[in-house]
Amino acid sequence: MTTTQDGPDTVAAQTEATTATGHEGGGKEIGRDRRRKEDQRLITGRTRWTDNITLPGMLHLAMVRSPFAHAKITAVDTSAAKAAPNVVAVFSGGDLDDSIGVMINAWPITTDQVAPAHPPMATDRVTFAGEIVAVVVARSAAEARDASELVDVDYEELPAALDLKESAEDKVLAHPDLGTNKSALWVFDSAEAGTGGNVEDAIAKARDGGIVIEREYRQQRLIPAFMEPRSVVVDPTGEQLTMWTSTQVPHIVRFALAATTGVPESKIRVIAPDVGGGFGGKLAVQPEEWVSWWVARQVHKPVKYTETRSESLMAGHHGRDQWQKLTLAAEKDGTVTALKVELLADLGSYVALVGGGVPVLGAFMFNSIYKFPAYHFAVQTVLTNKTWTDAYRGAGRPEATYAIERLMDELAVEVGVDPLTIREQNWITHEEFPFTTVAGLEYDSGNYEEATAKAKELFGYDELRAEQKRRRDDNDPVQLGIGISTFTEMCGLAPSRLLGQLNYGAGGWDHAGVRMLATGTVEVTIGVSPHGQGHETAFSQIVADRLGVPFENVEILHGDTQISHRGMDTYGSRSLVVGGEAVVRAADKVVEKAKPIAAHMLEANVDDLEFTDGRFGVRGTDQGVGIAEVAMAAFTGHNLPDGVEASLDSDATFDPVAFSFPHGTHLCAVEVDTETGQVRMRKYACVDDVGTVINPLIVEGQVHGGLVQGIAQALWEEAVHDESGTLVSASFVDYLVPTAADTISFQTDHTTSPSLTNTLGTKGVGEAGAIASTPAVVNAVVDAVRQFGVSDIQMPCTPERVWKAIHAQGAGGADPTTGGAAPHFEEATGQEGQTDRTAGAADPTSTDGAGA
Amino acid sequence: MTRIQLTVDGDRVSDDVEPRMLLVQYLRERLGKTGTVIGCDTSNCGACTVHLDGRSVKSCNVLAVQADGREITTIEGLAQGGTLHPVQAAFHECHALQCGFCTPGMIMQSVDLLNDNPNPSEEEIRVGLEGNLCRCTGYHNIVRAVQTAAGGEVGSAQAAETETVEV
Repeated sequence: MTTTQDGPDTVAAQTEATTATGHEGGGKEIGRDRRRKEDQRLITGRTRWTDNITLPGMLHLAMVRSPFAHAKITAVDTSAAKAAPNVVAVFSGGDLDDSIGVMINAWPITTDQVAPAHPPMATDRVTFAGEIVAVVVARSAAEARDASELVDVDYEELPAALDLKESAEDKVLAHPDLGTNKSALWVFDSAEAGTGGNVEDAIAKARDGGIVIEREYRQQRLIPAFMEPRSVVVDPTGEQLTMWTSTQVPHIVRFALAATTGVPESKIRVIAPDVGGGFGGKLAVQPEEWVSWWVARQVHKPVKYTETRSESLMAGHHGRDQWQKLTLAAEKDGTVTALKVELLADLGSYVALVGGGVPVLGAFMFNSIYKFPAYHFAVQTVLTNKTWTDAYRGAGRPEATYAIERLMDELAVEVGVDPLTIREQNWITHEEFPFTTVAGLEYDSGNYEEATAKAKELFGYDELRAEQKRRRDDNDPVQLGIGISTFTEMCGLAPSRLLGQLNYGAGGWDHAGVRMLATGTVEVTIGVSPHGQGHETAFSQIVADRLGVPFENVEILHGDTQISHRGMDTYGSRSLVVGGEAVVRAADKVVEKAKPIAAHMLEANVDDLEFTDGRFGVRGTDQGVGIAEVAMAAFTGHNLPDGVEASLDSDATFDPVAFSFPHGTHLCAVEVDTETGQVRMRKYACVDDVGTVINPLIVEGQVHGGLVQGIAQALWEEAVHDESGTLVSASFVDYLVPTAADTISFQTDHTTSPSLTNTLGTKGVGEAGAIASTPAVVNAVVDAVRQFGVSDIQMPCTPERVWKAIHAQGAGGADPTTGGAAPHFEEATGQEGQTDRTAGAADPTSTDGAGA
Repeated sequence: MTRIQLTVDGDRVSDDVEPRMLLVQYLRERLGKTGTVIGCDTSNCGACTVHLDGRSVKSCNVLAVQADGREITTIEGLAQGGTLHPVQAAFHECHALQCGFCTPGMIMQSVDLLNDNPNPSEEEIRVGLEGNLCRCTGYHNIVRAVQTAAGGEVGSAQAAETETVEV
């Protein structure tokens, strides 16, 4: 029975019935398609979102936000707002004291990083449209919002630094007092690091008889757009201060509150109740949290703030936003000899929690699955007057994967071979693991050949290529494009020592506790903090196997610093890889603690005991005792051996020694209407290797969701600002989160090369789909229209952009290096890369009307 | 203030409300029906979808006073007598939810969709759910769930490996 649910009996009985499917395995939980424990409350509305919380005497907050990207605040008049009905207080910047704290940057990527102080509320200057300038406290949310419109703020508008490239040249300063927009320059060079050769030498050599591909790609600004708007409740009554917040990182929030607001950490309890999605967007310390915290301490009453969607899109952090300048050098046969990466990364107006570090997380991944002999990476982070950027699903790795996978397609065109061939020619073969890459990471396991072969079959690669050729030959107005992405990523953030070397402000370990209760159920506390991933289910499966107890008897507790007191929270596909291993170790300690008690109960020698399926047995006999009985014996304490404590409770902290490296092969087919520029998803198949799979159903779901977010970057989503710095896409009318009607069903499968960095063999899956799919889709779009001379289309590939690319004079526009109509590889002449095709592309009508 | 009387999840309720109060605010703030949630302020996301006299509406797009004399069903009233609605059961069975924030609206819309069209094609399901946003699932398993609830053929090979549940 599902004893952990408090729903009606018949509901619980149904749950039990529906979990009866899954893989064979004699009660072994790992690998089973367990239906999720989380679901019952979520499908019946018995949820605990932060905004659901109501406390006696609770007051409501509304924020007054800057309409300008950059302005001086010359006066704030709160008198009318204060006089409004049921308004309790109004505070603006001038009312604050030091206990408001500051928003921390946990990862200054260089020791000389330039970073402005980041106040939770602006006092004399606003630096992006949406910054908080005042807060209204009222008896209802509606009254607070009404009164917020009565706060009169006088601004003197200042020139705003908006364009990333111009800002990198300091044309307009985002923070005039800093004297520059350039925050940090972070460089990795394989020759200097001793992990590879000299990039400039290799490029020079390639210019003389080899292939050099130079490209500039844009990673547009994106918005995480989690479905649950951010919300925070602060209760200052009692001895401790409690904050409920819609966050991925309750432990980090607690630490930062203690570090910056003067409240001792031991007095702070942070709770992440049900959290409605994050995708990196709630990996943050939020000004709204700090303001609510401060206000509650002023008014001595519980307060609640819940943002509107417009506020969420405007003031919750954004993601991506890079210009990528790339140089790939190769021999004539397509063997890559060097990769040079020069990035500009838009930080927005402040350096967020890990904002500057996001591109650095990509620094180790541009070489991806390939054996590049030389590699150079440099990122310049840049301050602008826009919403700050930070982690968004993949954080650095999608940008890297996009760049290299687009380049590999371009290289294939130059060489005149199938894009899969060029990848195979350069990738690490499965016999070569473990493999130390040119970026200095040791990949422990993987099998790119196997994943690719499986994906090709699943996709029907050859058949689709044949259809593509038919459509080209027929000048079909709807062309077919096929895109490939063979990706890897680094997960399991992160080895603490490495984080220390990278100047990160915390460790990368995680923690778990396992408590055998007297009645035979098990409470498990985890320091990772789920917001949709299904930890309660997957971690229960692990514990059930480890302790030999029923899945239903395991309760996973999380997201409350008073219950799960130690943790580093959830991001970077780390929960299972790091937190899961902590659970394994804590559970194993329980068994070790139970052993002497069991031996005592069985009047046997400890060394003669074996633990199987939840039972301590005396080797060679049928004598044994179940772990639940041992737990009861420990609980009563009536007859324990000398020196043994009356508890089986155990905990463990696990610090990974290395990253894990999921990989996969993703294949995408799109149809492009050459008359309208419309792109339609036709087919998507992927084979991911995420190591050992604990719950295939959950893993598949993670892949599906990731795919659509990555596809959305390729085709639909972009945070757009107008020339004055106002976010134009500040509602779901304009920020195009895809709907069911925009997307298709996917073919997913996996291969399994267990990770060697944790005993479970897991690698992490949270970000894989989002990392892999973006270049697969754009490669497919470009592939569909390459015969019109197109070699790049900037994301999102909107109908307008696709149409313009097809019809551009001197097609290929963004990309002068391969202006012309590069022949498809099947029509390779062997002369590719040597012919000046620019002239042929100048007249789009010469393409026989296919694009007309 | 305006006096309204209505039935919510089978219970007769009566309150004085501000004329500007939205139905979703009334449900959440006055009745504590927090199973219904607010995801946007432009009626794009559909997270607040409930049934008004048996048809799905976005409750952020209906004033509480407009619900006077009407019958509302929320996600909290969908399971009858302790038995999950087939669509709820199918969402669970097909792993059609992750964070679960869009789920109440998604389920209420799916029920309405199946009331209209008991045997929809994948395309009809996708278009029928176009007004409800999900950021987690990529919709793949939501479509499977609606197909499963409809008792129709489940499209993909993977989903076919999963036993469907009788409810």
